[in-house]
Amino acid sequence: MKSRKSAALVIHSRELAAYFSSPVAYIVMGLFLVFSGILFFSTFFLINRAELRGFFALLPILFAFFVPALTMRLFAEEKRSGTIETLFTLPVSGYDAAMGKFLAALSFTAIMLVPTLAYVLTAATLGELDPGPVVGGYAGALLLAAGYSAVGVYASAITKNQIVAFFVAFAVCILLSLGDKFLVLLPGPVVGILEFFSAGYHFDSISRGIVDSRDIVYFASLTALFLWMAVDVADNREAA
Amino acid sequence: MIEVEKVTKFYGSFRAVDDLNFSIKKGEIVGLLGPNGAGKSTTMRMVTGFLNPSSGNIRIDGTEIREDPKSVKRKIGYLPESAPLYGDMIVEDYLRYVADVQDVDPGKVAGTATVCGLSEVMHKNISELSRGYRQRVGLAHALLHDPEILILDEPTSGLDPNQISEVRALIKEIGRTKTVVISTHILSEVEMICDRVIIVSRGQVVADSPTAELRARYGHRAQLRLQAGGCGTGELSRALRALPGVAACADAEGEGGLASVVLSVGTDEDIRPSVFSLIKDNGWILYEMALQHNSLEDVFRSLTAGGNEA
Repeated sequence: MKSRKSAALVIHSRELAAYFSSPVAYIVMGLFLVFSGILFFSTFFLINRAELRGFFALLPILFAFFVPALTMRLFAEEKRSGTIETLFTLPVSGYDAAMGKFLAALSFTAIMLVPTLAYVLTAATLGELDPGPVVGGYAGALLLAAGYSAVGVYASAITKNQIVAFFVAFAVCILLSLGDKFLVLLPGPVVGILEFFSAGYHFDSISRGIVDSRDIVYFASLTALFLWMAVDVADNREAA
Repeated sequence: MIEVEKVTKFYGSFRAVDDLNFSIKKGEIVGLLGPNGAGKSTTMRMVTGFLNPSSGNIRIDGTEIREDPKSVKRKIGYLPESAPLYGDMIVEDYLRYVADVQDVDPGKVAGTATVCGLSEVMHKNISELSRGYRQRVGLAHALLHDPEILILDEPTSGLDPNQISEVRALIKEIGRTKTVVISTHILSEVEMICDRVIIVSRGQVVADSPTAELRARYGHRAQLRLQAGGCGTGELSRALRALPGVAACADAEGEGGLASVVLSVGTDEDIRPSVFSLIKDNGWILYEMALQHNSLEDVFRSLTAGGNEA
């Protein structure tokens, strides 16, 4: 008896392959590298320190734009073209579909980060690079990508219009990214609470190289919450 | 095999399916018939587990769908209307993907593709295929895991006549070993393929019986086409109108020099013997006599017009 392949993993590989056969994904990847490259090199030589802080500081904002651009297609396109009907009449649950699509978006974002290792190499050859913040930064980047991908999968599940899916996800992600930057006018205790809900705040903390379980719990909860909502939408589908 | 019990489906406040009841036994080939918007597609989407009914129960092989959707879906092969498939994949990759999801041996892909006549297009993008080929890929998608139940929503729509007869032959062939439900607008298709017809109108079943029985019950009124020589058309129709069972008699186009009429028969009895004796007794010559039963189309029209209930 051969082992049963999980439907979520089958969908993950199909969606990942679909990214590589679509021009949109290459455009997103190219633009991401152009923007992150400009942001890295424009400050790198000015500050004249071997660190990637400038790159990581802007990553939540970059991801808030680029991750929704990758996830907007996932469910919305299937709803528009009607393939959602062939998908969900195969032995596939809402969980399989949402999880497979989420993993595909996360994998693609991880692949998109690979070329940025060139910045690490540049910094390391030009000076003494502290490995802590770099490792922390990439770990944080993956957690951030997971949270935003889950948001994007949910946004894509609630509409058949990719543009709507993009803007809903972008709005949520940019709020999560910048939420902690608007708190200067508020009293201390409120700031503490709102900071906890801000992805930017938790990402900053991880990318300093300090691994705090609260940050990991935060990103795990964010991811789980939006994935769970996406599964719920996928399982309670109405007419395509 | 398929039991639909008091199923109702609302889209918002619109009642697409209204207290629907039917059951389909193993091995039957059933045609689901009805005008546009009658609820055929909605019914199929609920039976295949794509949509949840607002109320009521659907059991496949004794199992309630919502209790174990995955194992129920494994028993069903479904081809949705207009075969929505991933256009960006080549046929072979698509069928391999379906095999993976269905958890069947990828080696079955080639065999199923051959049965569905796809061998030549295996490396083409699905979006580049013609309507007929797309439909066949959809059929392969539905057949790949060798399901016990096959549900096809308008399987021949948009195909050319050759493709239609190929697909029909394929469905008939498959129907020998499986339970098949097809929905269609084309009534001759039902007469050709199906053992049984369920006619739905406004979300309700208005007729449910074996194809032959339905035709016998509702299609008893027949037409008789007649050509005779040695008499005038007027003379012929006057004599025919006097016969019992003849409801009307109209002149028809015929060969030159022959009297041609079409009779509407208003009785269940066969009037051909009395027509023949009439012509013989008058010393006329019978050139042609053809009896035509009313088709299922007429039955369908009378049952679904204005949502009449049978």
